[in-house]
Amino acid sequence: MLKLTRQEVEKIAELAKLTLTEAEKVMFQEQLSSILEYATMIQQVDTTGIPPMASAIPLSNVMRADELRLSLSNEDALANAPQAQDGSFKVRAILD
Amino acid sequence: MELYSLTIHAAQEMLRQGEISSVELTESVLARIEAVEGQTQAYISLQPELALSMARLADERRATGEDNALLGIPLGIKDAIITQGVPTTAGSKILENFVPPFDATVIGKLRQAGAVFVGKTNTDEFTMGSSTEYSAFKRTRNPWDLNRVPGGSSGGSAAATAADEALATLGTDTGGSIRQPASLCGVVGLKPTYGRVSRYGLIAHGSSLDQIGPLTKDVEDAAIMLSYLAGQDPLDATTLPAPVPDYVMEMKQAPDLKGLKVGVPQEYFVGGLEANVEATIRAAIKQLEILGAEIIEVSLPNTKYGIPVYYMVSTAEVSANLSRFDGVRYGLRVDGGDMWNTYHQSREAGLGPEVKRRIMLGTYALSAGYYDAYYLKAQQVRTLLRRDFERAFEQVDVMVSPVSPTIAFEIGAKADDPLQMYLSDVFTVSLNLVGMCGISVPCGLADGMPVGLQIVGPALGESTILRAAYCYEQSTMWHQQKPQGLTVS
Repeated sequence: MLKLTRQEVEKIAELAKLTLTEAEKVMFQEQLSSILEYATMIQQVDTTGIPPMASAIPLSNVMRADELRLSLSNEDALANAPQAQDGSFKVRAILD
Repeated sequence: MELYSLTIHAAQEMLRQGEISSVELTESVLARIEAVEGQTQAYISLQPELALSMARLADERRATGEDNALLGIPLGIKDAIITQGVPTTAGSKILENFVPPFDATVIGKLRQAGAVFVGKTNTDEFTMGSSTEYSAFKRTRNPWDLNRVPGGSSGGSAAATAADEALATLGTDTGGSIRQPASLCGVVGLKPTYGRVSRYGLIAHGSSLDQIGPLTKDVEDAAIMLSYLAGQDPLDATTLPAPVPDYVMEMKQAPDLKGLKVGVPQEYFVGGLEANVEATIRAAIKQLEILGAEIIEVSLPNTKYGIPVYYMVSTAEVSANLSRFDGVRYGLRVDGGDMWNTYHQSREAGLGPEVKRRIMLGTYALSAGYYDAYYLKAQQVRTLLRRDFERAFEQVDVMVSPVSPTIAFEIGAKADDPLQMYLSDVFTVSLNLVGMCGISVPCGLADGMPVGLQIVGPALGESTILRAAYCYEQSTMWHQQKPQGLTVS
């Protein structure tokens, strides 16, 4: 009995904006299921009262003065653009 | 003695004395690449003309009286680190034609020091993998046995350093990706404390885990490289404000290891560790004792949870970090008719199976209904892992262990079994989760293949682990051994 259903695989792929082939759906369902099955061992650990750790460092809110600084030129920023026009990235319409 | 086989410190001595020029040194390395690269496939791209112009510039700078440890030294750079004007692919089709418009901070520092860049080394795609087999472009081979993997994800860097295709290389380590290939290829690999080296310009894998570090021919070279790489960076808010010590001087401060307390974590010597690897590691630990260290058995009780925690935390971070690859501002775009389909098609075409696997795992771990059971739970267990290490470091100064449970495996042996691949990271992932430092140093051969000894230290403990590694190395001959797998006419 696989841990993930096919529907769940499709839903995850949609959230991640990945289009999977039929073969990929089958493969990932099996592989992700076995990995997740393995990962459930962390459920055994007693973590009552244990704070989550997101980062190894004691720093937070590292700020700098709100001053204008040089950044990338428009030309550099567009240098790898798949499509550019009028100094902007050209993309498909979002709204009709 | 061929120039390409020199260490950084030996080459620098000859450069200082005027015995060789950086151009000669670089030409030697480029000729070596020509001779063996067909066998190792360590590089994704090479920039010989650029390298020679950097070498000429270094010689000119030296002529004006400039002198520093990296001036004129030819290095390879892992292709996950961006280099202005030089294609950077992260081992992925989605960035196949990407040319960065700016340098990573570490690249700027190395340029300022006058180093020479010969090429970009191969990596598993987006540094996800333990064998470099997931690179979208080529498979790198272990110079000790071309039928075996070099390890990963910094397999290209490890192979290049081992095969003298650079005097040293830069790699990155998120779950062991410097230490493991270093171990498998018989070179030194150092993962700094999280926050010691800037991640600005490192194509992100796991932002709370990634670090850039050196792969070198000996420990002194690692100390030299670290002294240039380390330091706070205003462009990376996760870098530590701690001053950078003189690592080379601190490394050499004592002739032996008297007074050093070395912990051996009992959980690292059970199940899955190959007998020949264990025997080699035990012999190395014995050697540390002979050098005067006090060997103390310690316990890291939550060790076995390291892998599942890592594969929840790192994949969650991956799912966020790789969402920028959408065909909009850079990288591969496959037009899908509308915005959403363009995202889908671009990512489908550009991202490889391991990357997709991890994005999906991470997306699942973070998704509604599963966040608490997987991601949050993993973060809590991460705290327990950290406390294990902190508790151990109250009793000892460093801890030692194997890096990899096996010697380098054969190409293809694990590529179809992702879980098996993940399990081989058991000795390395915890260190990234807890953010502390570690080094892999060659400690022998098992069945003719290199074995690395991992020495780990507390946060900002680089001087201590370098000292231990250096003392050990200098009492053995392992760092002088060269790979046996290459054919050179």
